[in-house]
Amino acid sequence: MSPVLRPISGQDQGAFMSLWSWNGLWPAIRLSLVTGLAATLIGLAMTTALFALFQGHRIFRVFLRLVAPFLAVPHATAALALTFILAPSGWIMRGVVTLFNALGIPISQTPPDFITINDPGGLALIFGLVIKEVPFLVLMCVAAWAQCDAPRRRLVASALGYGRITGFWLTIWPVLYPQLRLPIFAVLAYSMTTVDMAMILGPSLPPSLAVQISKWITLPEPLYQGMAAAAAVVQLTLVAATLLVWRFLELMGRAISRAQFQSGIRGLSLDGPIKFFGLVFGLVGFGVLIFGLLALGIWSIAGLWPYPDVLPQTYTPRVWAEAQSGVIKATQNTVILALLSTVPAVFLVLAVLQSEFLGKRTYRIQRIIYVPLLVPQITFLPGLYQLTLTAGISGQTLTVAFAHFIFVLPYVALTMGPAFRAWDIRYAMVASAMGASRKKIFWQVRLPMLLCPILISSAVGIATSVAQFLPSQLIGAGRIETLTTEAVALTSGGNRRLIGTYGLVQSLFPAIVFGLALWVPTLTYRNRRTLRAPK
Amino acid sequence: MAQKLKKIALVASLALATIFLALQAQAQDKMPAVLPANWDNVLNEARGQTVYFNAWGGDPKINAFLEWLSGVARSRYDIHLQHVKLAATSDAVARVRSEMRENERDNGSVDLLWINGENFAMMKSGNMLFGPFAEQLPNFKYVDRIGKPATLKDFTQATDGYESPWAMAQLVFEYDPQFVPTVPKNSTELLAWITKNPGRFTYPQPPDYLGTTFLKQILYEVISDRVVLQSPATQAIYEKETAKLWQWLDAAHPFMWRQGQGFPASESALAQLLADSEVAISFSFNPGRASAEISAGNLNPNIRSFVFENGTIGNVSFVAIPLNSKNKFGSLVISNLLLDPLVQARAQDPAILGFMTVLDIKSLNLEDQAAFSQLDLGVATLAPDLLGKSLLEPDVSWMSMIAQDWQKRYGVLK
Repeated sequence: MSPVLRPISGQDQGAFMSLWSWNGLWPAIRLSLVTGLAATLIGLAMTTALFALFQGHRIFRVFLRLVAPFLAVPHATAALALTFILAPSGWIMRGVVTLFNALGIPISQTPPDFITINDPGGLALIFGLVIKEVPFLVLMCVAAWAQCDAPRRRLVASALGYGRITGFWLTIWPVLYPQLRLPIFAVLAYSMTTVDMAMILGPSLPPSLAVQISKWITLPEPLYQGMAAAAAVVQLTLVAATLLVWRFLELMGRAISRAQFQSGIRGLSLDGPIKFFGLVFGLVGFGVLIFGLLALGIWSIAGLWPYPDVLPQTYTPRVWAEAQSGVIKATQNTVILALLSTVPAVFLVLAVLQSEFLGKRTYRIQRIIYVPLLVPQITFLPGLYQLTLTAGISGQTLTVAFAHFIFVLPYVALTMGPAFRAWDIRYAMVASAMGASRKKIFWQVRLPMLLCPILISSAVGIATSVAQFLPSQLIGAGRIETLTTEAVALTSGGNRRLIGTYGLVQSLFPAIVFGLALWVPTLTYRNRRTLRAPK
Repeated sequence: MAQKLKKIALVASLALATIFLALQAQAQDKMPAVLPANWDNVLNEARGQTVYFNAWGGDPKINAFLEWLSGVARSRYDIHLQHVKLAATSDAVARVRSEMRENERDNGSVDLLWINGENFAMMKSGNMLFGPFAEQLPNFKYVDRIGKPATLKDFTQATDGYESPWAMAQLVFEYDPQFVPTVPKNSTELLAWITKNPGRFTYPQPPDYLGTTFLKQILYEVISDRVVLQSPATQAIYEKETAKLWQWLDAAHPFMWRQGQGFPASESALAQLLADSEVAISFSFNPGRASAEISAGNLNPNIRSFVFENGTIGNVSFVAIPLNSKNKFGSLVISNLLLDPLVQARAQDPAILGFMTVLDIKSLNLEDQAAFSQLDLGVATLAPDLLGKSLLEPDVSWMSMIAQDWQKRYGVLK
């Protein structure tokens, strides 16, 4: 039986009691809630501002080019990159000390004892989450964009004298948001349940609920196993409740937007300040990420690099040389698992969507595929693992691929579904009037027009598969080595040299895939402007 | 059209299901309940087996060592040794527990497990281990059972042959002489140094293994009668004996790194703080670690190590064979290989691992003794006679009670 249900079934009756008596429970819940909501709201606001103010601008095009690498960087790697910039012994402080030394101004040669990362309020964690979420939300907007008819809506809004922000909010947002809702839910649930990022950037006295669960589950005493299971139930309830809160925010947003619409306020003065703050936040945030990744790259070839040196004293290819043997086999497994899980998922989702479009019955039960996004992995994977044991199929590539499929499927569905449904049915009518069969319309009109979202959702699927740690490790009985299982085991210590190396290797395959997904439509549709990704 | 797609989906899922079923349970070979008397027999049976050695994979040096060992196992015994890299030992313990709940006898996924302390106690009391086997291994006769009693007692729990030792560890402090001109000889002097150098000392957050070890070390220092630590803690004794430990921590925390408002997550995180000069005194469970890191170019070459005058906690790393291991013969051969003098000497080489041997060097032949005496221990490693007394791990109950209490006192910021 899955550990989630164990406390409920009465096997561990003391578990909930022990959990309630834990003095960190409320702070941990508050932390999960605040960081999750704040990160999602800020991330969404930044994404919206980017599309409303900068779409068509050079800044937007530059950012879009960076989306693929940003998305491909594993969360833990991004978190460590930020750490090395912001920590009291990080690059910023090293730069300051080196500068002071050069100018002859006396300054302490040891790092100051500040709390920058792991701050009790969780600000560093929110910062890290926003940085990783914005690229994902931008990608979701890109996938939805073609079905929004944005240029004409914008034209109308500006012709009526609305500012860019207000015009976007009143005309494009209402068609864009429904396509974004599920991805946003996924982002919100992820932010509340993330373990790796919260472990590196978040506070630890107490940590967020998800981190605490993952800590308890590794302790040998049965008491903690029970508490972990009980806390997982709390976590699930918390996520569900937060989604309801989000629903309430949606309604509020709608009310505000209606009022605004009726007031006729053009909101021209909003554009300037939002542009300014958006630029500042964006530049600082992504600047820190870019420099952090650069630093990790340097760490991967660094010999001795003591504080306050800005650059290493010596360089060595040792870490790369040592990683070589493990990486080749792991890369093979990673690619095989990614394809075995993503290709069936894409076909399945397309088939379901097309049959829904043709008016065939759809079942509400389909929504069950989204459950893996909302439930923390650690809580239901042990149950799934038990199932593979009962069936005697654990530790095999196909079984692991199937476990990946369970996590890949919802991401593929939520990235493809909205764009598929938003497709303008009049194209089908025109084609059908010209005598095209249903089959022909599907293969020769609809699929080509949906190339951009299909490629993006395949890329998201592949990246999701590549990032899976627990399913690979648990269902694979530790025998199917992937880049991520290798990286997690090796970096469980937080060794920057290893994280630099493995972070780069892990990012490479998804970066290529995301790059292709964004680039191929531009190439294929050289002469079909509206089908390309927005610029 | 959609019909067709639906059909494709259906056929695909049926095919998948069929493949899963087809891959089910293969023939299970029978394993001995106890070790056969004849070692040659074991070697014969082990030939061609693949041994999945589940061991922590967080240190590239250890991974490289096991890769080398795998080469030896292949050429000497025709055994394929596969290192399954764990992020935490308890992952493998949980896996064995799940498998045994499903009655997967003799077909488990874990063949050999790097283990000690609580995880061992759990597995042994849960009848999840194969054995006794350790004392029947041919190389076990070299183990220094008298001089290193911890090879037979794991956290006060008798091993009874259910696990075989392979490395010794001892807590040593690592420090930067620039900031620590005279090293603290005991916990009182350490506290004095901490208060004089605010922000330059910390320890991994309990229940991290090294963090709780540090607490136990301080407890050893402040306790009136060290003998009580060797029996299970009763509430009354526990409260009386730990009062001074909490006093020590209450005094130290305000002067520690981040004013005790945050702690590093693990041994490696603490090591990183030393490398970044955020702290000036740190500690590890491997006396050769600092030297190894210096020679690898990861640590300031001026770092040195010290121990307390009344000894520091030592313990032993073991390997155990789960009861449901599929390749028990191969696992036996690997357990024996780990005790091979040449393997032990290589593990002790600071350039390789820096782990201290479990063997009694005097019991070896001269050639093997030379392999040990030729080792260069490295600049920061204390010579064996300077390493001081190795204190026995307290009973497991102390560890879990201290970790819980710590959580209550300091685990949530006020």
